[in-house]
Amino acid sequence: MPYKHIMVPIDLEHADRMGKAIDTARALARQFDAKLTFVGVTSEVPGPSAHNPAEFEKKMAAFAQESGADLPAGASSKTYVAHDPTAHIDGILLDAVKEIGADLVVMASHIPNVMNAIWPSHGGKMASHADVSVFVVR
Amino acid sequence: MTEDIKNTEIEADDQPEVEPIPEPEGDTEIIETEFEIGQDNIASSWKLEFDIHQVVFTVSALGIMAFTFLTMAYQTALEPVFLNLRNWLTGNLDWFFLLSGNIFVLLCLFLIVSPLGKVRLGGPEAQPSYGYVGWFSMLFAAGMGIGLMFYGVSEPMSHFGTAMGGITVGEDGVRTDWAPLGGAEGDVAEAARLGMAATIFHWGLHPWAIYAVVALALSLFAYNKGLPLTLRSCFYPIFGERVWGWPGHIIDILAIFSTIFGLATSLGIGAQQSAAGLNFLFGTSISNPMLVTLIIVITAIALVSVVAGLDAGVKRLSEINMALAAILLVFVIAFGPTMAIATGFFTNLAAYGEYLPALSMPFGREDANFASGWTAFYWAWWISWSPFVGMFIARVSRGRTVREFLIAVLIVPTILSVLWMTAMGGTAIGQVVNDGFTGVQDAALELKLFEMLTQLPLTGLTSLVGIVLVVVFFVTSSDSGSLVIDTIAAGGKVNAPTPQRVFWASFEGLVAIALLLGGGLAALQAMAVSTGLPFTIVLLGACYAIVRGLMSEPR
Repeated sequence: MPYKHIMVPIDLEHADRMGKAIDTARALARQFDAKLTFVGVTSEVPGPSAHNPAEFEKKMAAFAQESGADLPAGASSKTYVAHDPTAHIDGILLDAVKEIGADLVVMASHIPNVMNAIWPSHGGKMASHADVSVFVVR
Repeated sequence: MTEDIKNTEIEADDQPEVEPIPEPEGDTEIIETEFEIGQDNIASSWKLEFDIHQVVFTVSALGIMAFTFLTMAYQTALEPVFLNLRNWLTGNLDWFFLLSGNIFVLLCLFLIVSPLGKVRLGGPEAQPSYGYVGWFSMLFAAGMGIGLMFYGVSEPMSHFGTAMGGITVGEDGVRTDWAPLGGAEGDVAEAARLGMAATIFHWGLHPWAIYAVVALALSLFAYNKGLPLTLRSCFYPIFGERVWGWPGHIIDILAIFSTIFGLATSLGIGAQQSAAGLNFLFGTSISNPMLVTLIIVITAIALVSVVAGLDAGVKRLSEINMALAAILLVFVIAFGPTMAIATGFFTNLAAYGEYLPALSMPFGREDANFASGWTAFYWAWWISWSPFVGMFIARVSRGRTVREFLIAVLIVPTILSVLWMTAMGGTAIGQVVNDGFTGVQDAALELKLFEMLTQLPLTGLTSLVGIVLVVVFFVTSSDSGSLVIDTIAAGGKVNAPTPQRVFWASFEGLVAIALLLGGGLAALQAMAVSTGLPFTIVLLGACYAIVRGLMSEPR
């Protein structure tokens, strides 16, 4: 069964850890002629990746445009603004899957550590709660 | 390709395909700085995930531990030192606190009416983050909910009593009484008016102006100028790039110190007061295990709330508490002396206006005990809380105009304080004056509210609501405090990993338990209040920064 729409949650701040997941998503998109949507979550407070939500969204869009240029169905981006990203990110990503109508999620997991027993990784949480397939890239 | 996502150049013709943010934010004057948020942080995802500002986090965490141990180990030696320090500050520098307080109020009132009030926090087209109810509940619950529970009945009673007592002059010609201004010896109606005016003075415009100055400075420099949401950002106009070095570290560390010691000591003292209330209601013991249990329960609820986050935790609890407080207030108004409260509201508001100039006069005060022992102490106390409350208010105030912000942070809470004090304190004064009931007058400070409620119907139920309110107000202070400390200790980042919040919230509870068992609560609270002095200077700097910052915004 081919995938039509792949959602890739990305963290602009930790872009260096996202490479493998993004490459995987691009390869899958090319394989299935699927559309890519990069999803980013930011807060209203200035952060390392942007001064404000509007700037964050522009960076996301620029990244999607650059990344989707050589893909058959292209790539777009979607930005969500959270009051408290730390606490709300999992819920937002789960809602995003439904809202954009993705049928596959490709995302980077952070490096597994001892705290995983208490706080599951975002990737792990997505995999257990989402209705669609989730590809967690270690 | 992925290495440079962060530094992606934005092309002018770039149109995002989806637009989930309703509007662009409009023109603001972003401060261009070499500093990158989080550049001094150390992050790790090996073994334990964290993301902290290396200097601020390390110095504060170690410093707090060292301070707690030292206070416990040398409490008999340190307690008089800290108490003397506080008394010296509020006694000799009372004029400085009073004068600064007046400056803050005047600046806020000026900004409400000046054209600068049109500036919107977050840019001209920013949308408010929260609706009025949630926004207002949060700023009120963090700001003074807990104080109103304890002093709502007791403070009007104190000032009424001392005003009735009139003036007594010691042998050296200095007044020894604690009456505000000239007192009102033997004149019941005038003593009640003066007592209410003095109480409202301490809970009205001045404390909220103190919070408003910090909150406004932080919101402006974070949302409009793009600087990190931490206290040092307000000092950018003064220190320039040096604010990212040691001057800034010191400001942030001081903010964490005053917040955690303020929270931990009031948590300890609050546990004693809740235990006294429970004892009054159910006859439970006021033993150490009981107190420790209360601190653990309050900290545990705060932990759940802080992990659930701003919307699901802090906001929801604040709204529940505001609803409960409103029910209690309406109940007292309905079943207490309804007419007296209704007319009292306007009389007291008028009395506040009438006595405000005299009460806020920094120089040449004859009522030295009142001016330094009450007013200057309160001002130092509010100011030592202001980094925490101000930063929390800033966190939830994006999208409001300066005018709207100041009306909501300054005027509305003042009016509500007048109503609350009139209902709670006015009822208690009426019980003494009209009914000859002296229960409240004779009760210990922490029991005055409950004594007042015994004279109204459904005592058991209302007292229970009172205790729940006290506990939940502590929870909302504790969880919003942990969020604030975590953000400061992470160099202004609000997306630091959850375990860090858990660390700060638990740390706060542990410090409170240690101080409660080892002694030293009073000493450390005096220490926390003493941080009011450096922060007064910080706040005066913030006033300058606000005006400079607002003038450079496009209007």
